[in-house]
Amino acid sequence: MFASDVLVAQNIGFAIIATIMVIGALRVVTTNNVVHAALWLVVVLAGAAAQYVLLAAEFVAITQVLVYIGAVMVLFLFGTMLTRTRIGAESDLNNKNLFFGIFVALTLFVAMAMALNSEFGSEKMPANPAVATTQEISDQIFGPYLLPFWALSFVLLAAVVGAIVLARRD
Amino acid sequence: MLAEATEAALKSGWFLEHAWAIPVIPALSFFLIIFFGKRMPKKGSEFGVASMIGALIFAGGAAFQWIQRVNGAPEEAFVSPVVKTWTWWQNSGITFGIGQHVDGLTVAILLVVAFISTLVQVYSLEYLRGDRRYTHFFASLTLFSAGMLNMVVAENMIQLILGWEIMGLCSFLLIGHWWEEGANSRAALKAFFTTRTGDIGLLTGTAILFFSANEWTTKTLGVSGFSIRGLSSWALSGDPGHAAITMGAIALFIAAIGKSGQFPLHTWLPDAMAGPTPVSSLLHSSTMVVAGVFLVARLYPVFFKGMDILGGSANFIVVIGGITIVIAALLAFVQTDIKKVLAYSTVSQLGYMMMGLGAGAWLPAVFHIFTHAFFKACLFLGAGSISHSSSHHSFEMKKDMGGLRKFMPITFGTWIVSTLALCGVFPFSGFFSKDEIIDNVGHNGYNVFMIVGLAGAFLTAAYMTRATYLTFFGQPRGASAGEHHEEESQDSHAVHDDRADHGHDTHDSHDAHASHGPRESGWLITVPLVILATLALGSGFLNAAPFGEKWENFKKWVEPSAEVVNPTGIAYVVGGVGEARVASDTPTDSTVVEGEDSTVVEDEAHSEMLEATTASGEDTHSSESVHHESPCGTETPEQGVCAAPQLSHAPFKWSKAGLSMLIVLAGFLLSLFVCIQLYEKKNEKFVGLTERNKALGFGYKLLVNKYYLDVLYEKIIVRSIAHPIAGAVYWFNQKVLDGVVNGAGTTAKTIAGWVYRNIDQRVVDGAVNGTGSVAQGAGSALRPVQSGKVNQYGALLFGAAAIGALVLVIVNT
Amino acid sequence: MLVNQFLLLAAVLFCIGVYGVIARKNAVLVLMSIELILNSVNINLLAFSMRNGSLDGHTFALYIIAIAAAEVGVGLAMVLLMYRNRRSIDLDELSEMKG
Repeated sequence: MFASDVLVAQNIGFAIIATIMVIGALRVVTTNNVVHAALWLVVVLAGAAAQYVLLAAEFVAITQVLVYIGAVMVLFLFGTMLTRTRIGAESDLNNKNLFFGIFVALTLFVAMAMALNSEFGSEKMPANPAVATTQEISDQIFGPYLLPFWALSFVLLAAVVGAIVLARRD
Repeated sequence: MLAEATEAALKSGWFLEHAWAIPVIPALSFFLIIFFGKRMPKKGSEFGVASMIGALIFAGGAAFQWIQRVNGAPEEAFVSPVVKTWTWWQNSGITFGIGQHVDGLTVAILLVVAFISTLVQVYSLEYLRGDRRYTHFFASLTLFSAGMLNMVVAENMIQLILGWEIMGLCSFLLIGHWWEEGANSRAALKAFFTTRTGDIGLLTGTAILFFSANEWTTKTLGVSGFSIRGLSSWALSGDPGHAAITMGAIALFIAAIGKSGQFPLHTWLPDAMAGPTPVSSLLHSSTMVVAGVFLVARLYPVFFKGMDILGGSANFIVVIGGITIVIAALLAFVQTDIKKVLAYSTVSQLGYMMMGLGAGAWLPAVFHIFTHAFFKACLFLGAGSISHSSSHHSFEMKKDMGGLRKFMPITFGTWIVSTLALCGVFPFSGFFSKDEIIDNVGHNGYNVFMIVGLAGAFLTAAYMTRATYLTFFGQPRGASAGEHHEEESQDSHAVHDDRADHGHDTHDSHDAHASHGPRESGWLITVPLVILATLALGSGFLNAAPFGEKWENFKKWVEPSAEVVNPTGIAYVVGGVGEARVASDTPTDSTVVEGEDSTVVEDEAHSEMLEATTASGEDTHSSESVHHESPCGTETPEQGVCAAPQLSHAPFKWSKAGLSMLIVLAGFLLSLFVCIQLYEKKNEKFVGLTERNKALGFGYKLLVNKYYLDVLYEKIIVRSIAHPIAGAVYWFNQKVLDGVVNGAGTTAKTIAGWVYRNIDQRVVDGAVNGTGSVAQGAGSALRPVQSGKVNQYGALLFGAAAIGALVLVIVNT
Repeated sequence: MLVNQFLLLAAVLFCIGVYGVIARKNAVLVLMSIELILNSVNINLLAFSMRNGSLDGHTFALYIIAIAAAEVGVGLAMVLLMYRNRRSIDLDELSEMKG
């Protein structure tokens, strides 16, 4: 699969990060400790941010770190702590759909892998991609994609109001 | 000063340029009513009526200027529509415009809608006096007018859909105006869902046409594939593939079926009579339900090509129209509710319009929209007048009416005029439109459908005679006779109209109705009736074919000429403001007329206005010969584009008109004879005939049950789709999922249990328990699908997606 | 670098997320699994963005991050409410909607 450019530093970086991400993701869905799961998720999200850098998407990578690791993870940890009486290992985090879940995940992966291999085979990324500047991205967001941006603003507003309404105590 | 300004405005084409303001006025008024209506002295109705008068003035001005423009143009010349476009919003390359497309069809329908809306709002001032949701009623009515006017004036399909859906929403709100009664809210839901079923076709059709036409329209005309002008020209250009335009036309026609109450989606329209009578009069007879017909007329080239109209064989539109005429007219015979008779009559008349459009009789069909609006609105308002003042808010003809002609002379007179117009009696307006449809359908070679049309005319005359007889002749019965049947609410339809609100709020006036007996309604009701009746009598002379070409003004003003016109500039620039920019060098940019620019362009336009109607295409065609054939519609135009297909008109013959008059007369007489025998003399040969004669009884039962279409939709179709799906999911859930988890042991146990239950229990307990348990089993069979567990739902979702993806991958590789 | 390596990584993460959604019964863990799925989609978007040399993928990746933040906010509020009412966030016990 990796041809002559197997020694390129980017590929090595990708392989290491990808391995860490897959391991982390597997731990997120198998660990018996909710707090550990959250911390493993941090590993996966950080790995994803690193992959974004490899993909010449630095602004997205920074946003990923800020929003996901900074805000979402804190939310998760708060959520965990507010809803658990005891922090530590538990035995019954999985339900009886375990085997069906494995079956579905494997089927999906086989389907996607087959499709991807037949479609992209050994197609290569462009050699020297231009790094997307923040200005270009902002031109995109506030230019042709302004309407989705507005819609998104409303979604966020609704989410803020909804979260407050749901969580307030009365 | 003001007079000068008005005169200048009239001369310059100002109203045509500003036709977009016609829907804007009621839209603004809607917000005024919603926000300030309750604090106003008249509870917001003044905004509604004022805005409708404003819209009427604008529409009248536009119509006047359009007529001037056509009269100023040479004979047979193509008078280009006045098109204006602004960018509404854009998303990644696709621009959605909003604007106006004003031509003869637009101004005719605008005028009708604004006019009927105004009269109905005036009428409602009296009819809904004291209603609890008086303000909301006027708000919905005004919003409806805004939506309809917007649809009519729409420049592109997106704008048309916007207006179309606003109408659907308002229809829902207004049918369910008295939603406290279950029947009303059910009718509102039924109307909404049935028309929504058709609206799927509208979206699909628009999408199909956009993707097939966009390239051509952008290149040739510099407009998007949503543009009505673009789509019309595209359809006749020879560019569209056969499959694309056929699919698009069929999908759009499905929308028209739903909205215009055509068979088989007509079932919602009679139920929609649960709304207040002004609503039935405005939405469900004269304006909203013709939206489907309007859609077909508006994009006529698309349907012309897509459905192969005039192609020699019967097409989808003409077949649906023909079926609708007959089945709806038959249904009108078994109704006892006067509004339902009128509703089925509306369905039947809409069938005439569709049949006319399907058979290439474009102009008579559009003219029928025009005349039908007046006399049908008049009939509905007459029915409302009867129930309001005489029959104690009942619409039951057999129970609560009869002999009213003595008490309500004005209502009776207007009713008779409108009935004669509806039946198409010379010289009432219906004659000039309906007879022309029948005549042209035959002329274009659809002989079977001409006979269907004549049969429909016979049936129309007969059922209207029956309704008139039951309402106005004979002896007063029930509420009309002064009987005070206070609590007959078991018959929800009989008392559904404004009994509900009077009963709650003004119980005194409610009692007063019964004490004074039948009487004529107040002037707020009779004045609109008289105006409408006058138009029902007179509007036909706008296109009086029998008196020769000089009288065919409507044809001259409304029918677009099938000229080949030059797409790059002249053709559409002459129209005025919006298109002045089309001529600029880059066609893709020129569709966008920015707000601030338009004022600049306007000044240029004013100076050009006098020569604005000069026609184009003289270079390709001589316009001297009156009956020359344009290639539009039949061949591919070579040096330009077409805007309308070439249609032919049947020459008028008194012999044919005489034949249809005889048929109508036969309908009158036969029906009158049966009515007198049945209701007056109680002739034993006729009374109870449906119980004695099996064939008649069967027919009667079929009609009373509305051909069992409701049963088909609600019981059979919904069940046959919903139940197997539920069953399959249940099966999958039980057998596959649990099977995987529980494995072979459970299977063995299940088999053992099955043997135990079936052999031991069923056989022992016998047939008695068996029947019960089957019913119970069927009931509980569907329950476990809804396990309530989120994970399980997720598992099913992803499992189905995974298997589907796998199948797709395997099939494709 | 191959296009496929990023797409396959995204596919792996997606499938792990799907497994988590199906197999976990703790509500917070299900939310985390959904985050995995969303991130795999982002990787895909950015990979295609680089392949095609356009910026559309970046824009939508940012939108997805925003949506994910909103989703977690509302989701955790719901989990909190659930816990307050039932002293448990076990999804298997939430079956009042059972037919």
